Amino acid sequence: MEFLSDPIKVIYEWLMLTFTGWSWAGWVSSLVINLLAIVGFISAIMVLDILLVWVERKVVARFQDRLGPNRVGPFGIFQPFPDIIKLILKEDITPEGADRVPFNLAPILSLGSVLFLWAVVPLASRIYGVDLNVALLYLVAAGSIGTLSIIMAGWASNNKYALLGAYRMVANMISYEIPMVVALLIPTVLAGSMSLKTITEAQSTNGGVWFVLVSPLGALIFLIAAIAELGRSPFDLNEGESEIVSGYHIEYSGMKFGLFYAGELLHAFTFGGFVAALFFGGWHGPWAEQYPLLGAFYFVAKAMFGYWVIMWVKYTVPRIRIDHMLAFNWKFLTPLAFALLMVTAVVHRVLLDVPTWLYVAGMFLSNVILVWITVEVLRAQARREREAKASAQLAAAD
Amino acid sequence: MTAEQIIFFLTGALILVSALMVVTTRNLVHAALWLVSTLFGVAVLFASLDATFLAVVQVVVYIGAIAILFIFAVMLTRRNLLDKVPQTNAGWPWAALVAISAFAGLVFLVGQMPNAGAQKNVVFGDPLMALSMALVSPDAYVLAFEVASIMLLAALVGAVYIANRK
Amino acid sequence: MVHLSWYIFLSAALFSIGLYGVLARKNAIAILLGVELMLNAANINLVSFWRYGNNALMGGQVFSIIVFAVAAAEVAVGLALVIAVYRSRNTIVADELDLLKW
Repeated sequence: MEFLSDPIKVIYEWLMLTFTGWSWAGWVSSLVINLLAIVGFISAIMVLDILLVWVERKVVARFQDRLGPNRVGPFGIFQPFPDIIKLILKEDITPEGADRVPFNLAPILSLGSVLFLWAVVPLASRIYGVDLNVALLYLVAAGSIGTLSIIMAGWASNNKYALLGAYRMVANMISYEIPMVVALLIPTVLAGSMSLKTITEAQSTNGGVWFVLVSPLGALIFLIAAIAELGRSPFDLNEGESEIVSGYHIEYSGMKFGLFYAGELLHAFTFGGFVAALFFGGWHGPWAEQYPLLGAFYFVAKAMFGYWVIMWVKYTVPRIRIDHMLAFNWKFLTPLAFALLMVTAVVHRVLLDVPTWLYVAGMFLSNVILVWITVEVLRAQARREREAKASAQLAAAD
Repeated sequence: MTAEQIIFFLTGALILVSALMVVTTRNLVHAALWLVSTLFGVAVLFASLDATFLAVVQVVVYIGAIAILFIFAVMLTRRNLLDKVPQTNAGWPWAALVAISAFAGLVFLVGQMPNAGAQKNVVFGDPLMALSMALVSPDAYVLAFEVASIMLLAALVGAVYIANRK
Repeated sequence: MVHLSWYIFLSAALFSIGLYGVLARKNAIAILLGVELMLNAANINLVSFWRYGNNALMGGQVFSIIVFAVAAAEVAVGLALVIAVYRSRNTIVADELDLLKW
């Protein structure tokens, strides 16, 4: 029974007992247990990654009104395994003139930058890697390592198209880091800390409200910035097949490409998990505090929902051009994010001591008013542009 | 040989070896990548000194922005793709002499310091909260903080203007 | 049991290596790389003095954050200048940029 209420402590104590029973020193057994935990956790995430390949292919098939893989196993659930075998059996080509060390290091860093993120994600009230008090900044830092791996991949491939794709992708990612950081500051203001554990606890314990109800615009801005950071459609200029073939993926064959692909899917799922943890209450649900495994199940379910929303956007909306993308970021999303942060901070401070329902209603109303003002500004600008174009056409026709 | 000492030696070795590769390698993109390794070692050093916020900000600002800026600038200013020419100018023995004498002078100064053998005190309170209060408190460093942000704005406008194709 | 002096030795070595990079390299961008190494050495010094001294006073860390901001601004403006010079002179070897000499 105690396993159900605190699984990590039970496993740790059992392993400690076993190792000291084999007369290992205390610090040796502690070190070995930590290493085992790291390896076990990463293995579990990579198995989840394999499952995500199947989920992705089934969902894209359903969005495109077809069936998807359904031959290998029931509902095609073993499909990723033939994929993996195919990728491993492919010839591993390194282009001539490529820089060997960055070329080989880039896919490893790309997948590694996603695995780093799982150290701070709280799967349940008592299942998490480490409680960093700067966890949200750590998220941005891991994204920076991903950006570095893309530049290394693009340059080390010795290929013009790879370099162009890498430039565009890196410009995309570093531009959208700014609205992402500002959107990450909104749960920080609402919960009072940058630690993910504290943020999920602030949404769950003693009358906390899910932050998506308190700040839906913040959740939306974070989702848009996250999709841009992932490099998924509609921001996936890297994969414009008619333009730059496959961007920085061009020269990678076999399992190196598999690492990039698996890293991208896992990154999308991780950001679904972050949306769940930051805005949808993380592991919060009925009976989640008493049974951490149930909390972990809720978290994975919410992360799958976030991943499904990201896939839904990917397979519905067409690709955006690079100058539209950057204009959207710098002229619309960043000012909106800053305005939202200021409004959130002011309203949060003003409504600090009122009962919860009034607080939630007030914050939600402030978000709605901000959206209405934004829409009005955009409509006024569109009307001005329409009139300017109409008058220019009239002047040209005369 | 405690674990703390082992971590310090490994991190210090990483930093110094990467820094030596930065200043001696002929291929400039490799030099930028070795700089990334140095900066990452410095971030690990900050984390071991309990300055966690600074460690993460080091990765975000230096590796995520400055190093990428260096790599872009190197790629945009390559007149010839030949990286086999020596990259040091004619006066490099004097430069080495100046560097070694600077190091010797600093080491000598450390020997004069009274508390050079100091040990770590316990960390007082919560450094993150104390740092954030210090950055916005009028009794502390809010003026420096605001001036730094204005300076960054000026640098941003200046850099865009200078690099703009007229 | 790491003494404060070890951290200062490390930062002194990093500073000297950066100084060599600034004085001995031809390419303007390589000179800026050396400047970055020197700034990082100063940062290591600041943070280790904060940690080994009175770590209730936040001056060391705040100074370090200001150094981050200054380094970022300097790299941005410096590289913009290098790119502008490359566009007009088609070279960034520091020895060949000598139009202002008497």
